[in-house]
Amino acid sequence: MSFSKEFTKGIWELNPIFVLVLGMCPTLAVTTSVKNGLGMGLAATFVLLCSNIVVSLIRSFVPDRVRIPTYIVVIATFVTMVDLIMSAYFRPLHHALGLFIPLIVVNCIILGRAEAFASKNSIWDSIADALGIGLGFTLALVVLGSIREVLGSGSILGYPIVWKGFKPILVMILPPGAFLTLGLLSAIFTKINNTRA
Amino acid sequence: MKEVLKLVVVLTLVGVLAGLILSYVNDATEAARAYQDRLELLNALSVVLPEHTNEADKDVVKTAKGTKYYISKRDGKVNGCAFVTSSDKGYGGKIRLLVGVDIKGKIHGVVVLEQHETPGLGAKIAEEGFLSQFRGRDIRNTHWKVKKDGGDIDQITGATISPRAVVEAIKNGLERLGQDRDVIYGGSNVVQ
Repeated sequence: MSFSKEFTKGIWELNPIFVLVLGMCPTLAVTTSVKNGLGMGLAATFVLLCSNIVVSLIRSFVPDRVRIPTYIVVIATFVTMVDLIMSAYFRPLHHALGLFIPLIVVNCIILGRAEAFASKNSIWDSIADALGIGLGFTLALVVLGSIREVLGSGSILGYPIVWKGFKPILVMILPPGAFLTLGLLSAIFTKINNTRA
Repeated sequence: MKEVLKLVVVLTLVGVLAGLILSYVNDATEAARAYQDRLELLNALSVVLPEHTNEADKDVVKTAKGTKYYISKRDGKVNGCAFVTSSDKGYGGKIRLLVGVDIKGKIHGVVVLEQHETPGLGAKIAEEGFLSQFRGRDIRNTHWKVKKDGGDIDQITGATISPRAVVEAIKNGLERLGQDRDVIYGGSNVVQ
């Protein structure tokens, strides 16, 4: 497969949220606003990119029987780096994402791509795969975050956009709002994917 | 046997390498993280303390019981202090506050350092609209309960538990302040 094909499949055919339905915990929890969704998406993409590169690089040295613990160590190392760097230079975002940064370690998308893709493919393809899946994840979080922020807080990226007669629907930024939005978006996404195929 | 050895060697190498990289990143970001911590504390102190000219985060008095007071000074004269107080009775667990008082023990400002309340409801305790009502209150001039419980403090529509926890935390803090007054303003216990 070509680079661009590996890249785009992560956004459409293999979209981690709407098609693979992986990484639901951060998806549901952090998408109360666009900013949080974007931050989480980019942080996870960074970890995914680094882990895919390293896993692909070491795929011929790592014995099959210890591959999973090795991948987890690789992923955990990058996550801790992101956590430290974010805490040092992006403090407000670090506060907003809180516990969900360390939890990127157990985000199934990242281990899933290491196991299903990077451990069997070249670095070049693994980079394309990581960028595609990462972008697919980020886009999905941003869409979810925008809908929930507009309806639930009456703002977008923190800027109020309240129109006449509109009162924020609080439930949209609470957990039920996450499930409702995710369910509807998944349905729409499946419909689009079906017509594309 | 040979295979087992290979597994051990590979895993050990990966672990050691990861440890080395992380210790490097930890060192490299340490100064920046400490700077951010201090910036956050200074920001909070500048909100809650009366106007001051000293570096209040370094002017600390620690009591025998371990409570820390940040001393506010204007042109060398003590004009108030700030302390951290908390309650575990929030709707989402712990609520931590920084409370600043003037020299007479009247509240000058309150900021929320940590809270896990419901967004849009209980989380409003962190907003200025709720916190501004504490200004000027002290342990004697106020009945430290929310209005629903017969006290003086406005609750938030749809959320009583969170304001109740805030009131409890502030009240406890002010009572502790009353006991610690001599230590705080005595001056002999100033720890650098």
